[in-house]
Amino acid sequence: MSVAVPARDAVGNSAASAPHAGGDPGVALVGVVESRLAATEALADHQDAARAMLAVAEDVLVDWVAGRGEAPTRATREGFRLLALHRQGAQDLPSFNACRETCREIAYHYNVLCFGDAAGTLAADEAARTRTMMGLLVRHLALFVGGKMHSARVGEFCCASRPLRQDD
Amino acid sequence: MMDTDDRKERYRKVAYYPGCALEGTGHAYNRSTKAVGKALGLELDEVPNWNCCGAMEVKNVDPKVQTYLSSRVMAIAASEMHADVVMAPCNGCYHNLKKAEYDLAHDAASRDTVAAISAKAGHATYEAGQVETIHALDWIMHGVGEDELRKRVSNSLRGLKIANYYGCMYTRPRHIFPEKDKGPGSDSTLKPHFMDDLLEAAGAVNVDFPLKTACCGGAHTLSDSDLSTKLVLNILRAAEAAGADVIATECPTCHSGLEMHQVRAEKVLGEKTTVKMLYFTQLLGIALGLSARQVGVQENVSDGLEPLKARGIA
Repeated sequence: MSVAVPARDAVGNSAASAPHAGGDPGVALVGVVESRLAATEALADHQDAARAMLAVAEDVLVDWVAGRGEAPTRATREGFRLLALHRQGAQDLPSFNACRETCREIAYHYNVLCFGDAAGTLAADEAARTRTMMGLLVRHLALFVGGKMHSARVGEFCCASRPLRQDD
Repeated sequence: MMDTDDRKERYRKVAYYPGCALEGTGHAYNRSTKAVGKALGLELDEVPNWNCCGAMEVKNVDPKVQTYLSSRVMAIAASEMHADVVMAPCNGCYHNLKKAEYDLAHDAASRDTVAAISAKAGHATYEAGQVETIHALDWIMHGVGEDELRKRVSNSLRGLKIANYYGCMYTRPRHIFPEKDKGPGSDSTLKPHFMDDLLEAAGAVNVDFPLKTACCGGAHTLSDSDLSTKLVLNILRAAEAAGADVIATECPTCHSGLEMHQVRAEKVLGEKTTVKMLYFTQLLGIALGLSARQVGVQENVSDGLEPLKARGIA
């Protein structure tokens, strides 16, 4: 389903603009994301919350792409900048695909909240559950990306390990 | 695609590669896999003198040595056991054997390395295509099937709510699993479902669980335990939010990680979760009438008996 990209950041600052204060950028990223996700809980409207959480997820990948020295894309895939950013972030780095399904699930949950709620077909308990799950998905993305940043020089994730001594 | 009956016959007796985890932390998975196979009339013939698949450690140092280590297991199965199929229940082993198979089929440098080390070690060199590597899920799904399994269930899982967690190595990277994503009868790399299908046939209710292939942080358990704990905690919370009584697993690394970091999350972060972890083979074994002890539930860290007792299953 194709959707318009929502207005960025309904509840707070961009993760990309978070001060790293000389510390580990991955850890800082996760901290900022936690704060922003906590702020979305105050939003009464499910659609507003979905837009805000999608913006957080996008900013996580913006941080990742920018951290690799590239300009984060403004393009969309299947209507989502998030999916375009993931594709950009995974170039030449197969293990980044380990968060591909997480990104796709975030997009799916966004659609359920925005279109199901707008159409009035989403029961209140289902909406609440979907919203909770979307928050957990965004948190997982931040932990994964934060972890990759943190560990960029000490190894890779299980599903696509990276040879560390290739140039020895 | 292979005919269903041909594959059923082909998978009836397979070379069994348990791997190191199933002799250690994943012993309950080993026990329950063997017990379920026996109950279903499937035979396992363990690969003699098997070695480490190369796991993550060797792959991080030199991926071609990992290719060799995995190829040696397949070489023994092909040349000494004359087996057609190797079954590896561990996601790491399964992934590495599939990766080696792919590399040997597509990369001349990998073939040269494997030939040179195999000659030096004094055993036959494995050539791509000599055996087919499958997972325990493939083995039961294609060796028995949902319909036959349903008929053999004597102790239904009676609506036990399950979040099926596949982890990362069962589906990624996609190119090493050419048999997946082939439509009906094959598993999906985007949304794997074989475990869901088998447990549903055993009477369980699968909850909608969007983190079924998400990273559990297994590779970071030693280098960054806090990260692993937070990733696991998020998976546990998602399972609970989805309404699951149990997380079913099919990877010993994921299973151990979920159990250990559940304890650690409570101790270090003060975050308590109550969902329990059971191997899918333990759940199938119980549905087939085996006792909890026979499938090694007592070896688990989390108390998997609790939700089973609550529903009168154990």
